[in-house]
Amino acid sequence: MLTLIILLFPVLAALLVLAVRGQQAKQIAFIAALIELGLAGYAFFSFVPDANSQFGFDYPWLAQGTIRFTAGIDGVSLLLVVLTALLTPLIILSAFRHTYDRPSVFYALILFMEAALLGVFTARDAFLFYLYFEAALLPVYFLAALWGGENRIPVTFKFFVYTIFGSLFMLVALVYLYFKTGTPAGLHSSAITALYNLNLSPTEQSWIFWAFFIAFAIKMPVFPFHTWQPDTYVESPTPATMLLAGIMLKMGVYGVIRLMLPIVPEGVQTWGMTALVLSVIGIVYGAIIAIRQRDMKRLIAYSSFSHVGLMAAGVFTLSLNGVQGALVQMLAHGINVVGMFFVADIIASRTSTRLIDQMGGITRYTPKLTVYFMILLLGSVALPLTNGFVGEFLLLSGVFEYNNILGAVAGLTIIFGAVYMLRLFQKTMFGKTTPLTEGFNDVSGSESWVFIPLCIMVFWIGMVPNSFLKLTEPAVANLLQFVK
Amino acid sequence: MLPIILLSVFGIVLLFLGFLKTRAVLLPAALLFILIALGAGFLEWNKSYLYFGDMLLINNLAILFSTIVLISAFMVVALSGDFLEDEMAQPAEYYAILLFSIVGAMMMIGYENLIMLFVGVEILSVSMYILTGSDKRNLRSNEAALKYFLMGSFATGFMLFGMALLYGAVGSFTLTDIKSYILLSHGRPSLLLYMGELLVLIGMLFKVSAAPFHFWTPDVYEGAPTLFTAFMSTVVKTAGFAALLQLLSVSFSAIYGFWWVILAAITALTLLAGNLTAVYQNSFKRMMAYSSISHAGYLLIGLAALGQQSRSALVFYSLAYSLATISAFGILLLVAKQHTTDGRPDESYSAFNGLSRNNPLLAFVLAVSMLSLAGIPLTAGFWGKFMLFSAAVDRGMVWILILAVLMSAVGIYYYFRVVIAMYFREGQAGRIRVAPFYQFILIAATALTIILGIVPGLFQNIM
Repeated sequence: MLTLIILLFPVLAALLVLAVRGQQAKQIAFIAALIELGLAGYAFFSFVPDANSQFGFDYPWLAQGTIRFTAGIDGVSLLLVVLTALLTPLIILSAFRHTYDRPSVFYALILFMEAALLGVFTARDAFLFYLYFEAALLPVYFLAALWGGENRIPVTFKFFVYTIFGSLFMLVALVYLYFKTGTPAGLHSSAITALYNLNLSPTEQSWIFWAFFIAFAIKMPVFPFHTWQPDTYVESPTPATMLLAGIMLKMGVYGVIRLMLPIVPEGVQTWGMTALVLSVIGIVYGAIIAIRQRDMKRLIAYSSFSHVGLMAAGVFTLSLNGVQGALVQMLAHGINVVGMFFVADIIASRTSTRLIDQMGGITRYTPKLTVYFMILLLGSVALPLTNGFVGEFLLLSGVFEYNNILGAVAGLTIIFGAVYMLRLFQKTMFGKTTPLTEGFNDVSGSESWVFIPLCIMVFWIGMVPNSFLKLTEPAVANLLQFVK
Repeated sequence: MLPIILLSVFGIVLLFLGFLKTRAVLLPAALLFILIALGAGFLEWNKSYLYFGDMLLINNLAILFSTIVLISAFMVVALSGDFLEDEMAQPAEYYAILLFSIVGAMMMIGYENLIMLFVGVEILSVSMYILTGSDKRNLRSNEAALKYFLMGSFATGFMLFGMALLYGAVGSFTLTDIKSYILLSHGRPSLLLYMGELLVLIGMLFKVSAAPFHFWTPDVYEGAPTLFTAFMSTVVKTAGFAALLQLLSVSFSAIYGFWWVILAAITALTLLAGNLTAVYQNSFKRMMAYSSISHAGYLLIGLAALGQQSRSALVFYSLAYSLATISAFGILLLVAKQHTTDGRPDESYSAFNGLSRNNPLLAFVLAVSMLSLAGIPLTAGFWGKFMLFSAAVDRGMVWILILAVLMSAVGIYYYFRVVIAMYFREGQAGRIRVAPFYQFILIAATALTIILGIVPGLFQNIM
């Protein structure tokens, strides 16, 4: 029942926000997001760490009740529900410093987005999952295309068509699987667990693997399906970029864990190597491009592309370490990337440029920003005791066990990550001040309130990763048992 | 049965109401008549009757299709307030012809005898020829009417020839007789039957604008007054597909192996022709014409993969398509009036630029109908496509499903051009005044589209 409340509340709140005129909308949206965080927090603390789906609900929906409106939270879902509910209020708070035209629509779209994302992470019916997967696209598309930069119309349109095109293949696969259930006699079922137990021939496994892979690879994105990503991140307003990078790309990784691995394990075994190689290419390719970037936002966009490559690689190893690592890393990356984009937004709006070679010496004026930036940066480069370390360590060990050479190449991500991140930090914060960075204002109170929870999370996950890992482990083990 | 008689009488009554000095009474009268017919139709719910010497069968399926036709007609009439102000228009005649054409559509939906089908097709088509040419001062409208008439007569000729051949083979025009003839022929029916079926199919496929019989569609849709385009693209299509469903599922299901290949090929061709050509259009109205071709393609999937699911899928899809199409044309009517080039309304995409600024409601209505036509989740159009695709998978036609999915991706491209124009481009559109009733109809259609998109089960329970 709790899941139903978690899914409906943001929708109702968004409708309320739509009805509000003027700048009050943002306060209401923020309070609603905090209440939602409270609900997710309650779920987090009262969650029983076993493989079962909890707090669920189940209503008949379509086709004589064989397609059901059903959702629940298990360990894998829980982590992403917490991530979504935690980041949304921070994203809203981070937007307070801008005055957006038509604020009620802006903040309502963020809440609609939250509802759709939570739906993706909790759905227990394949078609419900698909529905939310697509529905999540609309709010963020409008956010990006209405409040984005100059070049927003063609860029966001490419993003929209590209991702919808991908997920249509998933729809084909799901419809096909739905008709495979319950044969020869009996009713079909689209419950995700019903799809786990299908006996698919090797050919079918391969086809369905690719249908899923295209959908999720575009969403994540995995090389070579990433071409929509950097432009969209750069052109979107920062809150939309945060939603995209912080939460939405996790939909792809989550989809692989939830649907692909248990439904087509043989397909993953056959084609896993191909997928891994693509992911590893993405890691190195993204990192190298990130090193060469002059635009802060673009640099972070490519770093995000590089990081998600490692998550994808870990998941396709089909090992407990790989999947667990991907889950923790999703949480960690969500926190770090939102923090980094916020830093970039603060610097860009105060210096009115995003080019890092026009900056320098900011640290002279900003002790607080330097500390926050440093903490988030250390998390991103996976220093031990920070959140990035746990995930990357597990992921790399998973990839290494799978194939030594790939593991070694993927390991480059840590070195490259340090190179581009430290370069970003050094070019902006240290060195000589430039006319643009002269008299830079340190972070204000409300801006601090975005950073503080993020920084706490960086250390919490880094120091006591078990408080998260133990919640997900039974569920992951349960999913992986279908692979054997 | 009752609605057919009532509508025929009401049509004549409307003609006489035209003699009154006050035109204002015509619109409410026409709406009332349609509502009465709608209510009368449901008197026969859950009873299956044959009428007119077994020529007409009214069952639940027929009532559902008739309801969609009547709802479409109701919306079109409700959006027709402009005629009352236009000096040159003859609203009494228009409304009467609309009512007569619904009678034709209902005959096509419930026929049990090929003669009835022919009469229905002719009533509907002749009404459409007249309405297409009703904008007498517009050269385009005249051209469209002539084109439609010539091509349409040709197609009807084919159909009639096919019926004659069927009669030659079977010795009867009744659908059930054709069926029992096929069953008794031990898998070797006469060649005349195959030829006859093909020719009837060609005639009907012309009416629903399936490729390669679609070439008349863009010109006719563009030339006809927008309101009648809306009527044509919904009512004719719904009735046409109901007729095809009846023909194929009752008479010819035993020789499915013969015709499904032909229909599947036509489906593929229609999907390709409709969607790919729509991408290159610059006029919204012309794009809608190609979009109607592409939707004929999706609906054809339900026929090519005829099975358990086809009926409910076709009904649902027709409803979703009609709601979205009529609201889209309703908005086009309002927007095109604002900008005129050479005295003609501007129907290009750029007419919609910046619509959301001053007319958020109109922009929202059009956006929802575009999303529904594109088949985006949370709209009725998504479930319509979903049901048709399921029917295809159930029959093992995965390749047609993949083609349809690719074409839906193409569809997103051209439907979203309007959304982009409305929301993301700057325009000088001022506030458009909309009559309250007009607004109500648009909102109701949009609400229904969204409700059916969230709880499609509501509708399936009725079936």
